[in-house]
Amino acid sequence: MKTKYLKNVVTLQLQEEKCTGCGICIEVCPHNVLALTGNKVRIIDKDSCMECGACAKNCAFGAIGVRSGVGCAAAIIIGKMLGTEPSCGCSDGGSSGCC
Amino acid sequence: MVDLEKNRKYWIAGEIETPVGKVAQVSTRLVSGDLLGSWKARWGINRMNYTVSPGLYAVGTPDQNSPVLVTANYKLTFDALRKELSDLAAWILVLDTKGINVWCAAGKGTFGTEELLVRLGKEKLAQVVSHRTLILPQLGAPGVSAHMVMQYSGFRVVYGPVRAGDIKEYIQAGLQKTPKMRAVIFNTYDRLVLTPIELVAAVRPSLMIFGLLFILNSVGIGPFGIVDLYAYIGAVLVGCFLTPLLLPWIPGRAFAWKGYLLGFIWAVLVNTLNGWPGELTYSWLRSIGYLLVLPPTAAFLAMNFTGASTYTSLSGVLKEMRIAVPAIVVSIVSGVVLILVNNLIGS
Repeated sequence: MKTKYLKNVVTLQLQEEKCTGCGICIEVCPHNVLALTGNKVRIIDKDSCMECGACAKNCAFGAIGVRSGVGCAAAIIIGKMLGTEPSCGCSDGGSSGCC
Repeated sequence: MVDLEKNRKYWIAGEIETPVGKVAQVSTRLVSGDLLGSWKARWGINRMNYTVSPGLYAVGTPDQNSPVLVTANYKLTFDALRKELSDLAAWILVLDTKGINVWCAAGKGTFGTEELLVRLGKEKLAQVVSHRTLILPQLGAPGVSAHMVMQYSGFRVVYGPVRAGDIKEYIQAGLQKTPKMRAVIFNTYDRLVLTPIELVAAVRPSLMIFGLLFILNSVGIGPFGIVDLYAYIGAVLVGCFLTPLLLPWIPGRAFAWKGYLLGFIWAVLVNTLNGWPGELTYSWLRSIGYLLVLPPTAAFLAMNFTGASTYTSLSGVLKEMRIAVPAIVVSIVSGVVLILVNNLIGS
């Protein structure tokens, strides 16, 4: 059963002209957001993207852009309070439920 | 290199000789100590300190052609990996992720390109194996640039399956991944094991609330009693346990909404247990107070489960919070005011 999150919020973007169709982005995507059509990658299920950034990080051609970060409310609250980027408090000994 | 003398652990079965010195050989069987440790980590006991020393380990009797598996130094992660490697000869390269699992560490960048390059150098892996392939867990990909690792070390990074349980099949198939190995699932059991830490996280604020109610009782703005106690505890259980467990079946998409919905049902149930639709054992003001306080309490706790889930995006959570957080605050504050007013006019 595939549970979906909010619609039309994801920041994932693909610059087709830079794509060489190597497919590493498809390889690393945990939610089957991307697929190869011909020799180019396409975004086929944008709403399933969790903005982890794996595709962008592994694209050697800079064809993918996404504002990546943790989809974690507790991390965002802590980030707001400390004035930092949302980051899991887990490693800092915080007991927030994230990860 | 893992210092064998200093790090003699029960899960180390032996040691093997390599061109760069002795390497610890790990057992692929989990024993009671591992299971107890996992259980404790799930409940937040010693969770931030549940680590293995970063470095190179051996499984079975690997040689220069054996595959290299890269992982994090959270012991829960390390155990999940090694228990799947029975009858296999492989190297395990443990990165220093500060005791955080692969996915979260990749998000932070500690399971990342730089740490991988440093660790490769420190362990002199290029002298231990003759091939140049590293198998990384797919969920490490947000932290690692495969092409950068290649550029700086000559090692080719391949992303293996998401779950350690598929590794044997993946290796036997010649590093071929099926679509199933690539997909992240989040089934009922996956969610269930993540609920204890949510409950533990709720304990401290809850104790503060109990303390506050006790003070209010003693200065005469009470009485807060047994109904308040179970109503509140119920809302916490709804937010931290029931909502995560029933997640896919609760209508709606936003976590806070899902928590609110179940919290609302709980609030109605509390009032029903106390007389609804007939005469209530407390005032109607208090019953409305419960309807205003309990659902958003559950909603807030459920919203925090976004971090534990495997499918929420930062953009989505930000959008959810923009609506949910003000609504939660307004609802709880007005409910608390109602209950306090009720207590004041009632006493």
